[in-house]
Amino acid sequence: MSNAITTEKVYDWLQGVTDPEVPVLTVLDMGIIRDVQLDTDEKGSVTATVVITPTYSGCPAMDVIGMNIRMALLSRGITKVNIEQQLSPAWTTDWMSEEGKQKLKEYGIAPPERKSDDALDMFEDDSVACPRCGSEDTELVSRFGPTACKSLYRCLSCKEPFEHFKCH
Amino acid sequence: MLDHLFYTLQLADNALILGHRLGEWCGHGPVLEQDIALTNISLDHIGQARSLYQHAAHLTNEIPQEQRAKIFQSVTLNNKINSGELLQEDDLPYLRDAWDFRNALLTEQPNGDWAYTVARSFFYDVFYFLYYTKLKDSKDAQLAAIAEKSLKEVAYHQRWSSEWMIRLGDGTEESKTRIQNAVNDYWQYSGELFVMSDAENAMLKKGIGVDAAALKPEWDAKVEAIFKEATLSIPEEKWMQKGGKQCRHSEHLGFILAELQYMQRAYPGMEW
Repeated sequence: MSNAITTEKVYDWLQGVTDPEVPVLTVLDMGIIRDVQLDTDEKGSVTATVVITPTYSGCPAMDVIGMNIRMALLSRGITKVNIEQQLSPAWTTDWMSEEGKQKLKEYGIAPPERKSDDALDMFEDDSVACPRCGSEDTELVSRFGPTACKSLYRCLSCKEPFEHFKCH
Repeated sequence: MLDHLFYTLQLADNALILGHRLGEWCGHGPVLEQDIALTNISLDHIGQARSLYQHAAHLTNEIPQEQRAKIFQSVTLNNKINSGELLQEDDLPYLRDAWDFRNALLTEQPNGDWAYTVARSFFYDVFYFLYYTKLKDSKDAQLAAIAEKSLKEVAYHQRWSSEWMIRLGDGTEESKTRIQNAVNDYWQYSGELFVMSDAENAMLKKGIGVDAAALKPEWDAKVEAIFKEATLSIPEEKWMQKGGKQCRHSEHLGFILAELQYMQRAYPGMEW
């Protein structure tokens, strides 16, 4: 049984682990999985080491994500799971998958589009299309939202408020 | 080794204490969006502090036991060290007393009104943006990684506080008076950021630390540019308060720690 565990399978199982704050995004969509290593001892027990990179320094979701990865792998027959945090290179929304961005949009959150090293000037904000009606006629309500990774916008066409996943 | 630890603690304490101060605004912001902004920024600072305390705990544990028991003057922390237990990240913020904290005096100053909070953050953010830009090339790979990560967050903070300086300074008569008062009062705490502590000097020599004193001209230029746009005047006062980096604090720190440490002191080892 344990012979059947491969890193490909682990990546498959990680597709089932989502961000508790943005449940449509898997940890792979977010680009926070840096590495997966498997180690089998002589008794056939498998230890998995998963290297993740935190999004924001203080993001409380990181601890929950670590726990969910652990549970997902332990329930598949892996005996021991080590979660290691890697700070460098620092996480950026440039690592988010195209599929992840599409899922965000369908979920009602405007995805990050601008490249993270293309900094904004003071008093300048991202122009973001409304994820509901597609209108470009939107305005920023608050640069800080309910979680560290999101800002708040309002659509001036369909009048709906929405969140924008910040370019970071 | 001790200098390395003290250097890391200085960075960690700055982030924690300012993070705590900003967190005090939670539920009291002038508008909901700015309330959220401050708590978001606070969370970044506390997150940075957490990474730094993890590193500091690791550095402490590498010091031989008999020396480790003599580093701090905090009874509760020393009891833990003497019991032979290794330190965890939480022990350093929760079990040290005020005289073992190394944060700059600026970070512990009261929130005051909105203008005081903005001015304090502005001085700090401009400094730390320059500081982390250098620290990301540190020979200590962990500090370099923390700096690289934090820099992205501080860039955002700096933008936020710079904009508020301009908005208040170049705003109404009332807002201008308030931000100028805040600047005049907190200016005296800005100088300590550039006064090198022994730990900073030792770490600079090893290629681990940053030459804070050398950042002054750039800091001055940035502050001057924002003040100009904000139509504010730079205080003429040249005399600067210092002491925090040498563990000599204003009376404010004790009150902050009383609130911050209450649960762990009343219920040792308590977990949520």
